[in-house]
Formats: sequence, structure tokens, C-alpha cells
Amino acid sequence: MTEPVYLDHNATAPLRDAARDAALEAMAATGNASSVHAAGRRARALIEDARARVGELAGVAPRNVVFTSGGTEANALALLGCGCPRLLVSGIEHPSVLAVRADAQVIPVDGDGVLDLAALEAMLAAEDTPALVSVMAANNETGVIQPLAEVVRLAHAHSALVHCDAVQGAGRMALDDLGADLMTLSGHKLGGLQGAGALALAAGRDIAAVQRGGGQELGRRAGTEPLPAIVSFGAAATQAQGDDMDTIAGLRDGLQQAMLAAVPGARVMGAAAPRLANTLAIAHPRLEAETLVMAFDLEGIALSAGSACSSGKVGPSHVLEAMGEGALARNTIRISLGAGTTGADTARCAEVWQALDVRLGVGRNAA
Amino acid sequence: MLPAMNALGLPGAPGAHRVVVAMSGGVDSSVAAGLLAEAGFDVVGITLQLYDHGSAVGKAGSCCAGADIHDARRVAAHLGIPHYVLDYESRFRDAVMDDFADSYLAGHTPIPCVRCNQTVKFADLLGTARDLGAAAMATGHYVRRIEGETGPELHRGAETGRDQSYFLFATTPPQLDLLRFPLGDMTKDAVREHARRMGLVVSDKPDSQDICFVPQGRYAEVVARMRPGAIQPGEIVDMEGRVLGRHEGIIHYTVGQRRGIGIAGEEPLFVVRLEPGTRRVVVGPREALASSSLTMREVNWIGACPAPGEAVDCAVKLRSAQPPIAARATVLADGRARVDLSAPAQAIAPGQACVMYAGERVLGGGWIERRDAAEAAAAA
Repeated sequence: MTEPVYLDHNATAPLRDAARDAALEAMAATGNASSVHAAGRRARALIEDARARVGELAGVAPRNVVFTSGGTEANALALLGCGCPRLLVSGIEHPSVLAVRADAQVIPVDGDGVLDLAALEAMLAAEDTPALVSVMAANNETGVIQPLAEVVRLAHAHSALVHCDAVQGAGRMALDDLGADLMTLSGHKLGGLQGAGALALAAGRDIAAVQRGGGQELGRRAGTEPLPAIVSFGAAATQAQGDDMDTIAGLRDGLQQAMLAAVPGARVMGAAAPRLANTLAIAHPRLEAETLVMAFDLEGIALSAGSACSSGKVGPSHVLEAMGEGALARNTIRISLGAGTTGADTARCAEVWQALDVRLGVGRNAA
Repeated sequence: MLPAMNALGLPGAPGAHRVVVAMSGGVDSSVAAGLLAEAGFDVVGITLQLYDHGSAVGKAGSCCAGADIHDARRVAAHLGIPHYVLDYESRFRDAVMDDFADSYLAGHTPIPCVRCNQTVKFADLLGTARDLGAAAMATGHYVRRIEGETGPELHRGAETGRDQSYFLFATTPPQLDLLRFPLGDMTKDAVREHARRMGLVVSDKPDSQDICFVPQGRYAEVVARMRPGAIQPGEIVDMEGRVLGRHEGIIHYTVGQRRGIGIAGEEPLFVVRLEPGTRRVVVGPREALASSSLTMREVNWIGACPAPGEAVDCAVKLRSAQPPIAARATVLADGRARVDLSAPAQAIAPGQACVMYAGERVLGGGWIERRDAAEAAAAA
């Protein structure tokens, strides 16, 4: 059996060494960060160090970083705690944004998966109600980068606030100049432990707590902080800023080229738009993603399709549907690289893609 | 020299063969997967998400997966085999649930499990197994696949009370080529013993009694939800057409049913016939249920298919739990066959299966279209 190949970094990234070391150190320490004693103060210091690191990644002051249990909770906190009666969300947002408020109005995207700015402007102009606009930094399925600076300019011109789910963008693109008022980050997508995320607030912005009780996080989010997860988040945030995205982009582009060449009729989703360097959403002309994901897994390659529900069932991708994709949406797999991905990994992926195309093509004809 | 055959009748070592096991989350398919993994096959477990569990039990917003999928996943993890959940909801609705609802509304008594085996499991899932490079697909059915002179044959399971061959009559020879039934020679007790020995979490899980998408057997509620407004009240009449009472919809009745008619008579009354066109439930005395011939459609032959006009002596089962009756099947055109029984049978229900046996072997079967009522009267 060949070595397993992990190409699903957009689902979760392998734990970084620095994040593991920081987490192990935190696990060895006893202490509730809210306690008065020395142990509590040690825990507090570790959390504040992590807060500064995450603030640096997000481009906000440390005191404006609100730790949460993860990206989903940070999105819920932003949408529920912002105090905006009106909510506009793009049609390609993560379910943790789409499912929060039933009153959300959906901003369309174009065929490449880029937000329709004209539509956004018309929607903003249509009503005076104070609004929150939630648009992700980059899409989790296609990697397509959204025109956040333009979104912010339009929104602010209409006195609306902007929330940006930057879970996929963090560490892979600059976040500090996006200009969003609220920004969601996730520790484990960066190579930290699962169980910690953050909502970063721009200067002068605040949020009303959803989860209440103890006064943690300056009263913005109650609950004892998960120390190992938070310190590993901080360590990962720092290390991720040193990732060589050019190398990752080279590997992704090479893989994309090899896969397109191997299977005539294959198509890259969002190819004409600016994309994260690590993400490749590619549709096979005939084979369903459901089968491809299993077949790749049985060859030791981890990748994904659509958005998997917790049962493991793969549903149709709402992202590709929002982009107007029809039949090919069912055939689209997502390959996402990370800092540890090697040329051998991508070569193996291309090789299996070609082999499956041949084998499954034969099987279909024989059936 | 031919290579030695392994336990599944495949050439060479077990490890050279990938086998997909259709895992339902019950004890039978779990043990099937466990035994094949122990034998060294490259086992891949697949569980089908057939319907939205949350909506089936009337609980909206819950996750789609029921406890059975959870169990299958736990068993696969315990066995150390890869396991996948496939979304077959739309296929299952199209191929099984729609047919189930329409059959009931047409006055028939459907067997959705046969439709599911016929379409979802042995057509679509088998195709996926082939796509994954599997040499065979195994299930936990209590039937035996025996290599005969002209190809694989389907035989009844060794434990008479567990035999599931009735539900597999529609299996085609190409499907049977790839299928394997590791439990066919076992008793249920032995299967549970294996489950305990392997430490499977499902070892004491009760057998499923209901149709999977019909909780607590309340099939009328499922049909009502699927076909709003289609269930209409009507009249209960006797064999001469005299109105005896009213009913809330023919789908609440099945041929041969006695209870629930709600009419007191001198002698017990049974449902003799359902008439969807006039929405009538026809009732009569027990004798009116007897019939000694029937017509079946969509006949499947597992093995050689006789020519039209040819007659085959066999024994038939008209319900899963009934003992076989000696009969002669005569092949008609359009995939139909006429079956003459050696003795009148009670309550032959359209929509059920008529499965033909030669001893232990399943020759094939079809869907009961109608029984011959005139002859029934003559016989009575």
C-alpha cells in the first residue's frame, strides 16, 4: 500500500508542528483563565498570546479578537449579534451562514462563482433598513476569491456593515486590507486543533453576546476557553503566514493541467476567476463525484465532493448550483492542497484520476 | 492447472478481490461483512441512505441519517474496513416509494423490499460496486447461491424459517453472477453467535419487522403523505353489489383481510377484491377467497427461460410466509405467465409475488396481476 495522500485541507488541515507543541504545553498546564491564582494567570497569558497572534493574522487589535468554538459559532455570533435587522448573504456562503437567519436575502453570483456587485448595489439601494452584508473571503468548494474591497465600499456607502467568513482565506490570502467589519476565522483550517475559532472585529465595532453567562471574552462570548485549542490556533496563525503560497500555486496549477489533459471534457469550476492557490474544483465529464471520492479513497487519496452532511451523505452542491451549473455539479470533486503537499502527492492524484477514467469508462461500457 | 477457488468462488487468494458488502446496519449484513473481512477479502462496506429518516418519523430538521446508518458505520470502524454512505434518496423514491404508493392506490398489496432489491440494490448499487473494482457484492440475505451446470442458481436459505428467497425472485442472472450470500448456509442463531464473537455492537439488535420507510407499519400514513388527497372514502359491498357500509379508503384493506371491516354478519366476511375505479371494497365469505389459478407479469427466470406456451411444473409461494403449493406455470406472451395450482389457495393478493421453486431452487417469479375469480367460484 502506498502512503496515504491528503488533499482535503479545506475540510481540515493536518496539525502543524508548532500548533502541536503549543497544545501539548497547554495540556500539561492546569488552569482556568478566569481564575485568580497563578495557574489561572498562566492560562490567561497563553490565551492572550494566542489572541495577539490571531489578531495579527486578521489585522485587528488583540482585544477585538473574540474566541469561539469554531467558524460555525463565529458566523452565528456575527449574524445574530451584529444588531442589524436586515441580512444580505451571498448564495455561495457556507451553511453556517446560510442557515442562521430565515430572513436572509440572497445575493447572486455569476457563472464563475464571483459575487454580482451590481445585484448587491441594487439590493442595498432598495431598502433603508440597517443591513449586514455577509460575503466570504474565498469559497470553500471552488476557492474563488470574492471582491471584498468592492463589497465593503458599496456596503459602507449604504451604511451597511460587512461580515466576512474568512475561514478558507486565512493564511492563504491577505486579510488585513479587506476592510470587513466582522471576520470569521477557524483554527483547524489553519493547522490548529479542532475546537477553536474567532470572530475578529474591526476598530470601533462591537458585538452582542449570543452565549451568555461568565464574562469571558470581554462579555462577548461566555464559556471557559479551550486552552489547548486556542493556543494551537495562535501558533498555527503565526506559522501559516509563512507558508509558501507560490509553491502551492505551482503544484495546484500543474495538477490542474495534468488532470485536464488526462480527461478530455473535464472542466475546472471558477477557472476564469481569481482563486485561492490551494483549491481545485474539477468536474469529470461522465463520472459522478460520489463514486470518484470513494474510488480515490480506496487508492489512499483523501479529497471531497460537494458539502458532506454529518452522515457522510453527499448532497448536491449549493455553491455549484448558485453558479448555474447543471449536470456537471454532480461530477465535481474538490482537491485542496496545503503547506505539506508535495509534487509526489499531486502526481499520484493525477495518475489515479487517469486510471479511474480508464477503468470506470470500461466498466460502464461493459455494463 | 486452474487456480484454487476461494470461499466466494473467485479464483486465487481472497486478498486479491475487492468485495462490496451492502451494509444495512443490521446484524446480518454486519456479520456478512465481518466474515468476509476475516477471510481476508478486501471488503468495502456501503450503506444506502434511502429516505430522509427525520421526515419519515415526522421529525423535521433532524439529520438525514437514522440509527441504522450510525450502526453500520460503527461496525465498519470496528472491523477496520472502509465504509461509505451513498445518497440514494431520489432513486429510492422513484423506484420504490412511488411504486409502493401507486400500488396501494390501485388496490394492490405491494412488496417494496423486492422492488428495492430489484432496482436500487442489485442494479444501481451493484453498478457502483463494479465501478469500485469489486469482483463481487455480498449481502446478508438468507439465501444460497450455488454454481450450477449452466451458471449460478439461487436456492432457499438453509434455515427454513429465515429463507428470504421469496424477496429475491427478480434477481437476474447477470446480477447473480456478481452477488454472494455468505449467510445462506447459516442459522440466525449462528449469525448472532458470530456477531458476539466479533464483538459487533449490533449483535443483540432486534430483527427489523417493518418496511424501512414505514414506521410502526402505518403504511396508510406514508401513502397519504406521498399522495395527498388520493385516499378517498367509498362503499363496502357484498359479492352481489349490495352496499353494506362505508370505508375510509381502499388502501386500508388487503385481500383476505377479515378484521377491520366493521360489519357484523351471520358468517365472517373477508375482503375478496378491491376495485380502485369505483373505490369499492368487495367482501364475501371465506369460500370466495379461494382460487386455483392466477396470472403474473414481469416474470423473471433465473436460468433458462422457457418459450411461450411451454409449461413448467414447480411449487409456488404466493406470500412470503406461506408454504409452497404444487403448480404448473405456463409461459404467456409479454413476460406473463399463467399459474394453475394443484389445490385452491386462499386470498391471492394482486401486487404480491408468485415465486416458483423446484425443490430448494428458485426458478423465478413474477408479480401477481389477478387471480381467476370465475374458477374460484366454480371450485367453491
